[in-house]
Amino acid sequence: MGLVLWGVVTLTFFAIRLLPGDPATVLISQGGGSAQDIADLREQLGLDDPLPIQYVKFLGGLVRGDLGISLVSHRPVTDIIGEQLPHTLALATSATLLSVVLGISMGVLAATHRGSWIDQLCITLAILGVSLPILLSGLLFILLFSLVLGWLPATGQGSWRHLVMPSLVLSLASTGTIARLVRTQMLEVLPADYITVARAKGVMERVILWRHALRNALIPVITIIGLQFGALLGGTVVTESLFSRRGLGRLVVDAISWKDYPLVQGVVILGAAIYVVVNFLVDLSYGLLDPRIRRS
Amino acid sequence: MISDRYSIAGVVSLAVLAVIALSMLLAPWLTPYDPLTMDYEDQLLPPSSAHLFGTDLFGRDVFTRVLYGARISLSVGVLAALLAAVPGLLLGLISGYYGGPFDQLMMRLTDVALAFPSLILSLGIVAVLEPGLVNVTIAVGLAGIPGYVRLVRGNVLSVKEALYIEAAQAVGCRHHRIILRHILPNISASVLVLVTMDVAWAILRATSLSFLGLGAQPPTPEWGAMIDEGRELLRRAPWVSLAPSAVMMLAVLSINLVGDALRDALDPHTVSQ
Repeated sequence: MGLVLWGVVTLTFFAIRLLPGDPATVLISQGGGSAQDIADLREQLGLDDPLPIQYVKFLGGLVRGDLGISLVSHRPVTDIIGEQLPHTLALATSATLLSVVLGISMGVLAATHRGSWIDQLCITLAILGVSLPILLSGLLFILLFSLVLGWLPATGQGSWRHLVMPSLVLSLASTGTIARLVRTQMLEVLPADYITVARAKGVMERVILWRHALRNALIPVITIIGLQFGALLGGTVVTESLFSRRGLGRLVVDAISWKDYPLVQGVVILGAAIYVVVNFLVDLSYGLLDPRIRRS
Repeated sequence: MISDRYSIAGVVSLAVLAVIALSMLLAPWLTPYDPLTMDYEDQLLPPSSAHLFGTDLFGRDVFTRVLYGARISLSVGVLAALLAAVPGLLLGLISGYYGGPFDQLMMRLTDVALAFPSLILSLGIVAVLEPGLVNVTIAVGLAGIPGYVRLVRGNVLSVKEALYIEAAQAVGCRHHRIILRHILPNISASVLVLVTMDVAWAILRATSLSFLGLGAQPPTPEWGAMIDEGRELLRRAPWVSLAPSAVMMLAVLSINLVGDALRDALDPHTVSQ
């Protein structure tokens, strides 16, 4: 994990420095300024150092939690990100929870009612969820729940009611993916001997389902949840823009338009870091779920 | 029975795709309007026989703009998919066939590239290249390369052990001949499926980036930019944003179903659920 994180940081650092324009020149030419201003800013940003020195300084700063200074607002990138991160985390976490709860319930429901209309309904909903792009489902949800029914606010943030639609829209694709996977996994596990034995012992059907079957079906599902989290993080960018919410998505899009490279760099590194850490936790959780892995 | 249903879905989606492609090519003959000419007499008209999908804030016919938008979005999708597939295929073939330090390097590089959530990777590349439709195409394409490298390499590794490869080596075939004549044909099916699916993915990605204001700029009739323009009008004129997003979903969904059908048709081993 450490090696991948280092690679992420290094790749981002050098990619940003491949830029054709010098950020200092770009910035000053936008606001207007003299050659002296440019030289001052270059010095302030450390652009006069050779690239390897800049790189080492950058790594050193990163270890201390310093991602540099924003070119536009002249405030530390870490502070700016720190202000927006909670909004995005709230959205991403609630969407993940929704997709896990809805996806697993739908998958189990479909598997236990295999072939019935309940199964058909769950499969259809899952496929619909996977194939609806956020740009369509978001518009339809706003139209239905805000403009026609007036139940939920269309834009902005503040209360849980502002969070319902964006997280639901964001979770649809993952919900569908998880539901389909849980269904196939459960269908594989349910005919197993230990399920039959549990039934013969007279274990309650509910306990069989949730404790015996689901637990054994869950490992591939956990893997997918980790991988889906990446799509979800990317999805927050579009979702935040669609619902006019504050957050890292809006921040990075604005930063790209303003050519605020330290800020873009910070958000991109953070996005990758969160994704890597989540998937690392997913790897760790295998042991919790499956004692065989824990022992080996 | 499942495969029957899938091939029907495949045929239907192929037909839908053909209709979209044809109407995009025949756009100038299918509609009397121009995608860019503004007409302030006809602002925000609801859908009617004169304007199938209504008109937008500038009185432009939304149906016309969606048709012309298909030209942009579909070509961006195909170009980006090729931009990912060709280098990815090449690197994956070399990496898988020769192995060694180059393979090690490629694997570490793809590890790092795949550690970025894909939209965030595209965003980062757009930031480096500067926003614009061409750069969005390049960014979406580049972000797709690691996926191909992994898939192709994996396939090459499994094919490489086959007896007929050993036989080809034994009779003294040159490496590039083995790669091109013996390995490539055997992995082309799965690559073709991935390219198909990738077109859909690239359309979605490029549309999202244009929606965020980083790709096509107004007044270009591009689906993402149109959705963004229509977002504020959702209450007064929902058709302005719903029409392009619905057609986009139709295109993406049919491409994906064609990909599914292709996979089932080309590879008898996989039976999809």
